[in-house]
Amino acid sequence: MTARLPIEEAVLTREQWRQVEALGRSLTPVQARWISDYFAALDDGSSPEGEDAAAFAPASGRTLTILYGTETGNSREVAAALALAARERGLTATLSDLANYKVRALKDAQDVACIVSTYGEGDPPQSSLGFFEFLEGSRAPRLEGLRFSVLALGDSTYEKYCEAGKRIDRRFAELGATRLSERADCDVDYEDRAALWSQSLLDTLLAGIDDSMARAQAAIRSAATQPQARVRAHDKHHPFLASVLDSLRIVGRHSTKDTRHVELDVSGSGMTYRPGDALGVVANNDPSVVEHLLVATGLAADAPVQVKGETLPLAEALTRKFEITTVSPRFVDHWAHVSGAAELIRLAESDASMERRTFCERHHVIDVLRRFPVPGIDAQRLVAGLRPLQPRLYSIASSQAAVGDEVHLTVAPVRYGLHGSERGGVASTHIADRLDAGATIPVYVQENAHFRLPADDVPIVMIGPGTGVAPFRAFVQEREARAARGRSWLFFGERHRRSDFLYQTEWQAWLKAGVLTRLDVAFSRDTGAKTYVQHRMLEHAQDLYAWLEEGAHVYVCGDAAAMASDVHEALVGVIEKQGALARDAAEDYVRRLAADHRYQRDVY
Amino acid sequence: MDIVDRSTDLSQPLDKLGPDERLKHDSNHLRGNIALDLLDRISAGVGAESNKLMKFHGIYQQDDRDIRDERRRQKLEPAYTFMARVRLPGGVCTPAQWLKLDALARAHGCNTLRLTTRQTFQFHWIVKEDLRATIQGLHDVLLDTVAACGDDSRGVMASADPEDSALHAEVASLAKAVSDHVIPKTRAYHEIWYGADKIASSDAEEPFYGRTYLPRKFKIGFVIPPSNDIDVYTQDLGFIVVAGADGLEGFNVVIGGGMGRSDQDAGTYPRLADVVGFIDKQRLVACADAVMSVQRDYGNRVDRSRARFKYTIDAKGLAFIRTAIEQRMGSAFEPARPFAFTSNGDRYGWRQTDRGLFNCTLFIQNGRIRDEPDRTLMRGLRAVAAVHTGRFRLTPNQNVIIADVTREDRPRIEALLAKHGLAEGHAGSALRLNSMACVALPTCPLAMAEAERYLPDLVTKVEAILAQHGLVDEPITLRMTGCPNGCARPYVAEIGLTGRAPGKYNLWLGGGFHGERLNRLAAENVGESRVLEILAGKLGRYARERRTGERFGDFVTRSGE
Repeated sequence: MTARLPIEEAVLTREQWRQVEALGRSLTPVQARWISDYFAALDDGSSPEGEDAAAFAPASGRTLTILYGTETGNSREVAAALALAARERGLTATLSDLANYKVRALKDAQDVACIVSTYGEGDPPQSSLGFFEFLEGSRAPRLEGLRFSVLALGDSTYEKYCEAGKRIDRRFAELGATRLSERADCDVDYEDRAALWSQSLLDTLLAGIDDSMARAQAAIRSAATQPQARVRAHDKHHPFLASVLDSLRIVGRHSTKDTRHVELDVSGSGMTYRPGDALGVVANNDPSVVEHLLVATGLAADAPVQVKGETLPLAEALTRKFEITTVSPRFVDHWAHVSGAAELIRLAESDASMERRTFCERHHVIDVLRRFPVPGIDAQRLVAGLRPLQPRLYSIASSQAAVGDEVHLTVAPVRYGLHGSERGGVASTHIADRLDAGATIPVYVQENAHFRLPADDVPIVMIGPGTGVAPFRAFVQEREARAARGRSWLFFGERHRRSDFLYQTEWQAWLKAGVLTRLDVAFSRDTGAKTYVQHRMLEHAQDLYAWLEEGAHVYVCGDAAAMASDVHEALVGVIEKQGALARDAAEDYVRRLAADHRYQRDVY
Repeated sequence: MDIVDRSTDLSQPLDKLGPDERLKHDSNHLRGNIALDLLDRISAGVGAESNKLMKFHGIYQQDDRDIRDERRRQKLEPAYTFMARVRLPGGVCTPAQWLKLDALARAHGCNTLRLTTRQTFQFHWIVKEDLRATIQGLHDVLLDTVAACGDDSRGVMASADPEDSALHAEVASLAKAVSDHVIPKTRAYHEIWYGADKIASSDAEEPFYGRTYLPRKFKIGFVIPPSNDIDVYTQDLGFIVVAGADGLEGFNVVIGGGMGRSDQDAGTYPRLADVVGFIDKQRLVACADAVMSVQRDYGNRVDRSRARFKYTIDAKGLAFIRTAIEQRMGSAFEPARPFAFTSNGDRYGWRQTDRGLFNCTLFIQNGRIRDEPDRTLMRGLRAVAAVHTGRFRLTPNQNVIIADVTREDRPRIEALLAKHGLAEGHAGSALRLNSMACVALPTCPLAMAEAERYLPDLVTKVEAILAQHGLVDEPITLRMTGCPNGCARPYVAEIGLTGRAPGKYNLWLGGGFHGERLNRLAAENVGESRVLEILAGKLGRYARERRTGERFGDFVTRSGE
């Protein structure tokens, strides 16, 4: 075990830790996993409000309402850490997912900390859509008495960076609320910024409290620096070095795809996961891309650079520490400054956002370096414009109940041509091209609380074309292991049945065994008419609606750009037609499904 | 008054019979779930029951066995496709039909056609969704695949290249008439493949076959001596043409031939048919009905490995069977008329017919029609079909005869053959020209070893031995199959090879040159080097010690090793 001692981070008291340690020594791995799942479920937002009736006495008489909206769990982690730190410092804090938050409670809220991520092209997390509709709608209450601060998480490669956070920040102010502190916008390397924001927010709140008790308590407990929501053996910062048991191409000959099934061994890690969770993969950049950058800049591979207080040879830093393929707007700004190139300076101007976006889509870092060379640039200056390399998340394609200490992934390497050379996705090509059986790669489990199986007897509809089918393999494995009796219906699509029917024989066996109730497939390139999963949904509208009416949960996983919206549209269409509802009412129906956690999406 | 054991035949209740009998009985005359399985998108194949029933419609599910294991690891089902076998009585087709077959092969059959040992065409690699289009395309030129496989009477053969053109025409047309008579009458084929409406009728759908059809496949052939090209002794029911000055008079009837055996089951064996007597040509249909009904009623329906007519005859006794046939036929067999065979091979190249027209027999190695870089066989035959005014005939040795070419047309056809590299197609050794192999790997589900893909290489090695001993022009029959079932009739070949395992064969020697004698096992489960070693020894001795005109098979049998 490489777990950090949680007492150093004030997650647990010394006595609590002693009890945990004593219990831990007596547990079998299975028991440990069960207990881990048990506590994870408690913390899953399943009891959204009041769960954390303050363990510490209220100090100020005011309550800090911590709200988060999340796709991948980052916002929730920050929010949970803030809640813990607030209580440690004597404040009363409640923690709620925007997905569950009773929006009418907002008008009675006092201090609100809102941590929200932005997803895709400036959209709020799927689960928060209801909250946004309410807040930005005409029925939103005035919030004169409310104080707030917003932490916005985002990704600066997208043009509408941190947009969801900006919208909340703007709207709260419009409704008359007062800022406790300025909004903080965080890029993918959000941790430091988020910790600063949390710290400063708590400082502000405490500064307003004239209560010596609270201050004393705060002083005692201020050891909390970067608190964690829970004990976790491995996370983004402490990944586990998993070894590859098997990595094989699971598309047949003549396929236009190159999809891999990867089996990783995580035994000894203590890692646990549940169906729906993702695996964070800490991948490296392609050495040939690093080589190209070195050649383009004339820099030596061993030129030293400082990265977060560490001195590394440039080649290693470029391999392991920075995003060196896609270009972010920030890099355009930086390179405009460094190169002085008129074209880049023009792109960096605020009214050029469309052009900048297009430019970012059509250039990789290497293309910018080649087109706007800066002779004699030093290594530190080069990396200053680069974003930290982020782990990539893959929906886990296995259930631990079925595979034990293994994690299975379904990975389609991203490959495309740009400026006359072949380019590829960082992690997907690392996995596909440089990760044979026996190799190792750092990984961690990324929970996905918004993609969970319902109770065993509840019917489920799974829509997962392409590699989007991965979590549904986990779902069905889990239901098989649990001998769950709920019906299940999978919609799968790909290009060709003969070569691209991912996990075909497994689905066939599950169908035969009755573990999977129904399977409908769409192969878009087998016939003249391109058929996709949404067409199958419409073909079977009557049955699909019947399943919905019988309480089925609907899951969608896969491509966000086109599929998710087409499937959404099909779902609304099915309800409109079969329920004989007006368009508005059908959309309402879907909104209610989402609000009831019966319509869950994991799209990317 | 039965004096024979009836415990395994149709007289027994269904639950005492084998599972396939129940399947046939409950299939609603070969409909089953075929139509539903064709719509199933989860698999490129069909269910096990549909697979069996579709054989009666001339269609076999197969898979690419070369990549079966690779796909298993990829979590993909086997690469299922279908083989469709055309019903082509007597092997005769028109140029228009040829062009359609060629077009369908290019559209749905991976650009290849396979000529079979029973004078017909097979399409391979058809995907499920293309089956209907393929069969409807055949329908456009009045062809079908009815009963090309299954427990029924299959494609009816007829000698392809007799001297007497009028006799050939009459026999070919009788073959067609008999075939049309003996195929299943169920409307299932029309409903499933042509989308025909279901017709409510009080008539029995299968007045002859009933619900359970035959115990096993049943093969009929017509042969015109002195050629025994159809290997009449391997047919369940053979008609040996007897002609006089006024043309066709009748037939010597042979019954009970069959090639299949199983290596694991000593009770299975190839058997040559017995001559039971002569019938007048007017009795032809009555005779066919009588023979088939005896097999229908007495054949073994408990154990499929004992279900062929040859076992029925051996189990009940030839005399009993013969009497039963005569009773049902309503007349007795007359004594057999004299006849004589000389060969079961084909005659290659151009020959003038008795009508002054020309026939050209092309050697098609293993019956495989496709284009190679230096030999564009498929395109060449398409070009010929586009200008040809006669007929095409497929021979039982998997070759093609361009028949009834006029003197005026001959140069044009010769030019096309030359252009496509087909003019010298029969220039190999006489052994190569008398060789054939079944399809085997990668598509045949029964194959245990290579045949079609391997035979040409093996023949090249045997040719080196022949050259050493001056035997290059000596016709010797060599037949290879990928399994013991014997689709290429290996057990009547002078040299037979039947697959046991990848690279391993049983070697059989001493069959009769015109199919009159079974060969004997010379070596079991041996690889190429041992096969060549044995053949080198035998062929060497044959070259040195044979009598004048003595065939290799006869020599091996006489020398008695």
